[in-house]
Amino acid sequence: MSPAVLMFVGFIALTLLITAWAARRSSGASAYFAAGRQIKGWQNGIAVAGDYMSAASFLGIAGMIAYQGYDGFMYSVGFLVAYLTVLLIVAEPLRNTGKYTMADVLAYRLDPRPVRAMASLSTLLVSTFYMIAQMVGAGTLVSLLLKDSGVGYSAAVTIVGILMVAYVVFGGMLATTWVQIVKAVLLMSGTLLLSILVLAHFHFSLAEFFDAVAHVKVGNRVVDFLEPGLRYKPPYGAIDLISLGLALVLGTAGLPHVLVRFYTVPDAKTARISVVWAMGIIGVFYLMTTFLGFGAATILGRDFIEAHGKINMSAPLLAQRLGGDIFFAFISAIAFATILAVVAGLTISASTSFAHDFYSNVIHHGKYRTPGQEVRVARITAFVVGAVSIAIAIVLGPTFNVAFLVGLAFAVAASANLPAIVFALFWRRFNTSGAVCGLAAGLISSMVLIAISPSIMGVDGPTVAAAARHLIQAKPLFPLENPGILSIPLGFLGAWLGTLARGKRTTEDRFTELLVRSTTGLGAEQAGSH
Amino acid sequence: MPPPNQWDRIARTPEFSALLAAKRRFIVPSTIFFLVYYISLPVLVGFAPDMMKRRVWGPLNIAYLFALSQFFMTWILAAWYLRMASRFDGMAARILQNAEKP
Repeated sequence: MSPAVLMFVGFIALTLLITAWAARRSSGASAYFAAGRQIKGWQNGIAVAGDYMSAASFLGIAGMIAYQGYDGFMYSVGFLVAYLTVLLIVAEPLRNTGKYTMADVLAYRLDPRPVRAMASLSTLLVSTFYMIAQMVGAGTLVSLLLKDSGVGYSAAVTIVGILMVAYVVFGGMLATTWVQIVKAVLLMSGTLLLSILVLAHFHFSLAEFFDAVAHVKVGNRVVDFLEPGLRYKPPYGAIDLISLGLALVLGTAGLPHVLVRFYTVPDAKTARISVVWAMGIIGVFYLMTTFLGFGAATILGRDFIEAHGKINMSAPLLAQRLGGDIFFAFISAIAFATILAVVAGLTISASTSFAHDFYSNVIHHGKYRTPGQEVRVARITAFVVGAVSIAIAIVLGPTFNVAFLVGLAFAVAASANLPAIVFALFWRRFNTSGAVCGLAAGLISSMVLIAISPSIMGVDGPTVAAAARHLIQAKPLFPLENPGILSIPLGFLGAWLGTLARGKRTTEDRFTELLVRSTTGLGAEQAGSH
Repeated sequence: MPPPNQWDRIARTPEFSALLAAKRRFIVPSTIFFLVYYISLPVLVGFAPDMMKRRVWGPLNIAYLFALSQFFMTWILAAWYLRMASRFDGMAARILQNAEKP
């Protein structure tokens, strides 16, 4: 077995041990969905970082900086600043007023059934878009990394799918949390090592490093990679960049797999501490993407990366050049761990939302039934989510362009989920019709705008390979790749107009209750005992 | 769990209003600040590229330094909030203490 395969197998064995340990410890709904609310602040902070730093960040941003310099680095900035929204606005009130999902906060003073149905739909859509992007990425990556061992794309997708379902079905939130923690520690150590190797290459001189970054050879030109504009160009580049920035900074606070993490800690104060821990880790990580991306640009160069596995292989290839085959295997195993942990987090948030919001509260009106039923439904859902994702990822195939799916997930989270959460927490008049209209407006506008954007529509010449062709062969109707600048205001507008359309004031009484609870933590869900 | 009218009683206390006001005084301005600070980055990069490309420190231009400053802005604001929040926690604890009294 090659070193890469050995490390993959080692990581899988470790995570399965964690799952077995978690399966023996956890029983009951609060244990399954929220790890008994007993995760410590720093642990949850590392897990939030683990949930968030996806392969799209590790491989995607490193590659984007390697190809497009500064414009790629703009993503890094947005991914971190976004956590201020989480810290200041969402995390603590959510922990104080909810139980397992984002919809708990909405359903608190609104009519639970329509609101939960919409919120659950939005959660499932965001998770699915994100998941498919990760699965296709996983398949491509694993088959590239393990190309000597004969593991193909479909086999790789299937392995990843089966593992994520195993973590979630048997180990619940406790196993998922520890898988995130292990992955985050691995990812941070790998990134740190690689950054040090890049700096060592430049004799530990930042001046020499940045000088090289300002003089990157692309073909026979010398390009300053610190200058903006390599990716986003006129006429719409500036607006697209602002649109992307808005979706990142407002979307993170509406990502279901990030939000569910705040239910795993004992109280709001611990939730706050975990966000700050996450911000420390995530910030350092994205700062280091500078060394990974610019390092790949200067040390390898675009032509080399293009010839040896393309943009997403920038970081692993850099590791191979600087640290040899063993280090390449280590970084590849980390990339694999990263994907596995993120898809496990997505699976548990999707299945929690379906079981808790849709099955228990929409279909069964929130009435108490036999104990353990909610958990059983969540396990079945996790299984279905896994099977469907495997199938979709295999049908789409390794060459399908998935980048826009991540953008779509952030756009929906920012345009549908965030307006509903913010208004439910802070606007006394907000009502059921407002929540349903806001969620619908955000969802529909993001999806429609992406569908008519240059990500989907475009006219390709006859020389363009089949896999790279646009899905719709026509001139794009909407010029931006990122819909946020239009869909976020539409989400807020929908929520506002929907509220005004119905003059019902019954929800205002419970607003006082919600306000007291979210501000003081009175009556919040307590940590259970194992 | 407190009885239903307890919520209104707590909400009407001056301590609760003070906590709410203290939180808003911090959270609203800092949210506006960081959103403006953050969005100025793509706005300036998009609409004033020549100014942003000006090198100010060796090969480092304004665009890169401004992007880098966002990391520190985020950490400093988070640390500041952490300090303020421990004050909010104290205020909330006193409200809950009073609420338990008959």
